[in-house]
Amino acid sequence: MEQLNLLIGVSLAYVVALFLIAFSAERAARKGGARWLRSPWVYTLSLSIYCTGWTFYGAVGFAVRSGLEFVTIYLGPTLVMLGWWWIVRKLVRIGRNHRITSIADLISSRFGKSNLLAIGVTILAVVGTTPYIALQLQSVTLSFGIFAGASGEGTGSFHAGTTAFWVAAGLALFTVLFGTRNLDVNERHDGVVMAIAVEAVVKLFALIAVGVFVVWGIAGGIGPMMAQMNASGLAEWNVSGGRWAGLMFLSAAAFLCLPRMFHVLVVEGDDERHLRTASWAFPAYLMLMSLFVIPIAVTGLNVLPAGANPDMFVLTVPLSQGQDTLAILSFLGGLSSATSMVIVASIAVSTMVSNHIVMPVWIATTGGGASVSGDVRYVVLLARRISIAAVVMLAYFYFRLSGGGAALAAIGLVSFVGVAQVLPAMLGGIFWRGATRLGALAGLTAGSAIWVYTLFLPSFGSDVVFSGAMMQAGPLGISWLAPHALFGITGLDPILHCLLWSMVLNTGAFCIVSLLTFPTPLERLQGAQFVNVFEHGASASGWQGSAAQSEDLMVMAQRILGPREAQALFQRAASQQGVAGLMPLPDPAFLTSLERALAGSVGAATAHAMVGQIVGGASVSVDDLMAVADESAQMMEYSSKLEAQSTELQRTAEQLRRANEKLTQLSVQKDAFLSQISHELRTPMTSIRSFSEILRDSTSLEAEAKAKYAGIIHSETLRLTRLLDDLLDLAVLEEGRVTLNISQALLADVIDTAITSVRGSADQSLAIKVDHGAAGELMLSTDTDRLAQVFINLMSNAQKYCDADVPQLIVRVRFEDGRAIVDFVDNGSGIAPDMRDVIFEKFARVGETKAGGAGLGLAISREVMHRLGGDVYYLPGQGGTAFRVEFPIKLTTPSEAA
Amino acid sequence: MSDSPQHRLFLERRSYQQRRLVDALRLLPILGLLLWLVPLIWARADDVVPAVSVVSASVFIFAVWVVLIVLGAFMSSRASFGDDPEAQDAAGDARNKGSTWNS
Repeated sequence: MEQLNLLIGVSLAYVVALFLIAFSAERAARKGGARWLRSPWVYTLSLSIYCTGWTFYGAVGFAVRSGLEFVTIYLGPTLVMLGWWWIVRKLVRIGRNHRITSIADLISSRFGKSNLLAIGVTILAVVGTTPYIALQLQSVTLSFGIFAGASGEGTGSFHAGTTAFWVAAGLALFTVLFGTRNLDVNERHDGVVMAIAVEAVVKLFALIAVGVFVVWGIAGGIGPMMAQMNASGLAEWNVSGGRWAGLMFLSAAAFLCLPRMFHVLVVEGDDERHLRTASWAFPAYLMLMSLFVIPIAVTGLNVLPAGANPDMFVLTVPLSQGQDTLAILSFLGGLSSATSMVIVASIAVSTMVSNHIVMPVWIATTGGGASVSGDVRYVVLLARRISIAAVVMLAYFYFRLSGGGAALAAIGLVSFVGVAQVLPAMLGGIFWRGATRLGALAGLTAGSAIWVYTLFLPSFGSDVVFSGAMMQAGPLGISWLAPHALFGITGLDPILHCLLWSMVLNTGAFCIVSLLTFPTPLERLQGAQFVNVFEHGASASGWQGSAAQSEDLMVMAQRILGPREAQALFQRAASQQGVAGLMPLPDPAFLTSLERALAGSVGAATAHAMVGQIVGGASVSVDDLMAVADESAQMMEYSSKLEAQSTELQRTAEQLRRANEKLTQLSVQKDAFLSQISHELRTPMTSIRSFSEILRDSTSLEAEAKAKYAGIIHSETLRLTRLLDDLLDLAVLEEGRVTLNISQALLADVIDTAITSVRGSADQSLAIKVDHGAAGELMLSTDTDRLAQVFINLMSNAQKYCDADVPQLIVRVRFEDGRAIVDFVDNGSGIAPDMRDVIFEKFARVGETKAGGAGLGLAISREVMHRLGGDVYYLPGQGGTAFRVEFPIKLTTPSEAA
Repeated sequence: MSDSPQHRLFLERRSYQQRRLVDALRLLPILGLLLWLVPLIWARADDVVPAVSVVSASVFIFAVWVVLIVLGAFMSSRASFGDDPEAQDAAGDARNKGSTWNS
């Protein structure tokens, strides 16, 4: 008795601690200071509600009965989480974008916000979940019974039904308190999630503690444990291939489709980045949970008398060894597993029931929408609270009626197969745009019918619903309709049999009906948004411009969201529209966002119906869809045009920038030139003046000196004349008033003339090599004098500026497409890249001028070449300074040049 | 449009490697499935040849588990989705309309 009392005391203390944890987490979340509440670790731990009391205790029993087969229940979810990039990531994104409140809401929202589908999924969830909750009550009750038995009280003072009732009542209270505190399901239930995370740690710790005790405390290490395993009745691999693969698939499907898993995975988990951690941490959790199952099973078989319930080995093994503390810890682990499952499952199912069954009925009976006053939130919350109590109590009655025992223990997998019927519609819905509402409905109906007929009803036991004879021979003696041998296929394991047929027919019906039916516009809209959820940030609107009154919408929104949040929402929308005050215009974007907000509270279908009532049912039509598509196509086209324009603008800007740079450089050079040219003009003028003064003033000059001075004056005058000639020449060329004298000459001759001229006029030695090639013998028909002038200019430039020790100039001649190409390459140091643009401008000179040109030569050359229909430009990358002259060998239109 | 980010044909090394990392992440569950389906070909208690022992079976199953967890943890921590816009592009496989492998 003392031990039982201690156990009750510890359990109550544990429950109180959970209440406190949940309460303080809620408070911390309300204050907004608790970021750790939303850490990926809490998220990962909250996923552990997958491991219920059934798995905590039952895995060992499973292992005793079927060996390693138990592990498949964990392998499926491991693969789903490791493959999060495929499915879970998309589900979480859709859940967040569309404010999904439950798996029924997801299916209904995807298939045109159909409430019929939502009701179907809800019923399936209730039918599948209720026995499962009953199973949890059973596991808690059984574990209490073990302690009562162990403390010598017998079953007299322990009443299973009473225990189960109080456990159920306590759980319902906890869930109502923390699960229905706020309405918007997307505002997470921080208290609940935190409590679940703590429970996850407790159950893992408890199971590992028992495992460590079993391996090191009883067996005496890993080696002896393995020896015991190989010596036990489980020594040999004895798993049927069909069940191995089938159960792995089943557990993976159930992991995605169980209402409670969907709730923690998608509804409570609003941050995709948490998946990054959970994707490996949750498999690690599952691995640890299953690590010691076989050792515990083997030890239980060894140390406990034959006939002991293997489902309770986790508890009875420590008890039999006198480890009461460990046993209590293990009991708490089991209690944690059971309670966390019941809490989340009842929240998830009650959300579905209130959103998809109670609310539509309420709207229909009260005339709904805007006309009724009063706080709808109260109705919704009340509906949810009653649903929670009802679901838990339903489970309690199920437990009482089924009487507990083996029939109930088998319900775990039966329940899995039931909820897995949602899988085709769910995966089809998020990956296939062609999936339709009728297809989903057909698939769900077919799958559920098969499940109920071949697995659920027979699971109550022989002669409860179906008679033994009927199970054997089939209804009315039609053998191919026998529940465990559909279509004459006998000998299959019942679970596998049902899984196979229900999945095949479910998926088949879903695909075929989807292919044959045509979806409504809303279905198509939602389908596109779900399948392409990573493409669409915002949604296309489901409402068109309407006569809806903002006031009516406001009244409705206040009653569902609460006045403060509704007003905030309206104000945000108004300021986004640029409207002053509180009332936004009821444009499609606003209506859609309002509907989303409402959907977070009452589900997509109800929210759609409520907005529809006020807006007047003016939902989308095919024309609207096409308009939306057109609009987005136009926008894409427009944006690509804009993009093209902006690249062009960028290019223009770059050109302008370069032009500006050049102009600035030119202006600097012009200034420099002005001072240079004044200097150039002044120097000869000064010497002319001074020498002419000497000649004028001195009478006693010798003839020789006179001649010398006169010579200086003469040469300075020539220099001035040359400078002025150049300037004049350039002006003439630039204004296009030049007259060209077309004559015939060999190119080689023109080059030779130029060379002779350069050699004759300079004292410096420049080695000029001419590489005529075949082109030297070309007969030119152009202004050969002007051409020679250009050549001379280039050669004398090389002579003046080439800074090599042994200056050398190579002239290469080529002929291409009727044009002659003459390259002048010297072996100097070349021209700096930033100067290459400028050297052809007037007055430009590179660096210090030792040769004192005026900087007109290249400008003149370029003008000349343009007149001759050719060009001269700098040729980079030749090792020295290099210019290329190219021109047509026949100047065809001399009149144009004139 | 050819040079817009959605349709970029070639990526710089970092983004390229990010995409391959995501490919590897996608392949991981398939690898796990294949390895865990190996028990289908094991000899069972009712076969003529001696059955695989429960210890070897456990060691195999749990070893695969640990390897998958370690690989998953490594790749998930290396993949930087959401942080950098280009990797986000890779993540937004729907942008590639239908073909997620054309990167």
